[in-house]
Amino acid sequence: MDELLKLLQSNALEPRENIARMLNLPLADVNQRIADYEKRGVIRGYQALLNEDKLGLDQVTAVIEVKVTPEREGGFNSVAERVCKFSEVHSAYLMSGAYDLLLFVVGRNLREVAAFVSERLAPLEGVISTSTHFMLKTYKHHGVLMQQDKSDERLSISP
Amino acid sequence: MSGSPSLRNRINTTVRDMPRSGIRDFFDIVSTMKDVISLGIGEPDFDTPWHVRESTVFALERGVTHYTSNLGYLDLRRALVKYVQKTFGAEYNPDNEVLVTVGVSEALDLALRALINPGDEVLYHEPCYVSYRATILLAGGIPLAVETKAANGFRLTRAMLEAKVTPKTKLLMLNFPNNPTGAVMGREDLEDIAAFARERDLLVITDEIYGELTYDAAHTSIVSLPGLRERTIFLHGFSKAWAMTGFRLGYACGPTELIEAMMKIHQYTMLCASSLAQKAALEALARPESDIAEMLGEYRRRRNFLAASFAELGMECHRPLGAFYAFPSVAKFGLASREFALRLLTEEKVAVVPGTAFGECGEGFVRCAYATSLENIKEAMVRLRRFVARL
Repeated sequence: MDELLKLLQSNALEPRENIARMLNLPLADVNQRIADYEKRGVIRGYQALLNEDKLGLDQVTAVIEVKVTPEREGGFNSVAERVCKFSEVHSAYLMSGAYDLLLFVVGRNLREVAAFVSERLAPLEGVISTSTHFMLKTYKHHGVLMQQDKSDERLSISP
Repeated sequence: MSGSPSLRNRINTTVRDMPRSGIRDFFDIVSTMKDVISLGIGEPDFDTPWHVRESTVFALERGVTHYTSNLGYLDLRRALVKYVQKTFGAEYNPDNEVLVTVGVSEALDLALRALINPGDEVLYHEPCYVSYRATILLAGGIPLAVETKAANGFRLTRAMLEAKVTPKTKLLMLNFPNNPTGAVMGREDLEDIAAFARERDLLVITDEIYGELTYDAAHTSIVSLPGLRERTIFLHGFSKAWAMTGFRLGYACGPTELIEAMMKIHQYTMLCASSLAQKAALEALARPESDIAEMLGEYRRRRNFLAASFAELGMECHRPLGAFYAFPSVAKFGLASREFALRLLTEEKVAVVPGTAFGECGEGFVRCAYATSLENIKEAMVRLRRFVARL
């Protein structure tokens, strides 16, 4: 992967001047390349990575496995696209193995998620079955540990 | 100095007259201060790759807690020769041409003690790692420092060596990529040095601990050049590229006669390197490319950032090509290196190491290690900018 993308992925707020220094590139090149990536839809957006456990939010996240009958035209895509229209669905993936779609669904409480599954998701045409798991705690998200602040054990000066 | 003069007089005179490492000296000052950003740390800020740590724990659980062969575990030596062949281009026999040591530091000491007779001269280049001069002296040798220059990218040339060599010179010590300058020697540079060693019939000790850490071109080892393998002791270890400093694991490869001589000293003084560290090293060799690539990319970005920052500050700094050190000149500020470093430390709480810790010719320079996070480097450069604006 382009090193520029890696840098943005680890910190999208890094000043462009610093990125230019790190990559040994002119600032204008960095700006141009980022603009190109945005235009091509390679970069889909920039978000803050939150430690939601610290926010005390009134919400639950469910991981839902969905078995689907693929459609003759469109395969899994048309069902997946329909599922993605629901704002409750934060992430959706097509999987290999015992089920087909993996969804991350957010609701205010268990009952709200249950209602979403039974009233919206399960009745969709093509959906065969669902299996819902509730998330209890986040340890690591997008490569970032949610608990950290470890100290540097090294001597402050060494040869 | 305090203490009893009568006790001091009973200390071995070489040791008594030897100054403490300039780094140690500076460390004592830094360690009394808080909130210092240190660019003075000569070891990776990365943790040892997890698979290496995990397998070390497993080895401990399995009871790998005994002495090993003096040379080191045979399976490790086999893995080492494969790695050295692939990475550095020299072939060794794992049965009698490899010795596993407690860090490269021990290997260096063994090599010098195994080769030097009293009065033998050893050529080495300065600025260099803090222990070279001291270990040569401890082994009874006479150190001949060859000064490398910023104008030449701190590379060593044959002419520099010719100016110092005498009929009593027995050994040439090399360390590229270099601590503290970040200098690298290309193949052509090394060919001249190799020809010099062959023509003068010198033995060579090459410390290539930073061999994996080059940023613009792949490293060439002098041991891969014609006629060098049979006169060279190649030293390497796991501290830098694998971030395994605390494991203390190094090794030496060389002709069997030389390894045997080193092994005798090792056998009587050290017995063997830590069994756990040896198992860790074996695991580290399982997938070196992926372990190192990640860190290398990060070091390169930091190197670029530092080099750009020095340029913006108008500080002259030859482009560091390897290891994780920049060695900018501070001469134009009219302060001695040590004074510059001390004032930067007390006024802005940024620690760098005075160049003089690496030899007298390091005067006018400071060593800035970029083995620390970009966040730290960025903040250090903000502070440095403020500091030099006042000078």
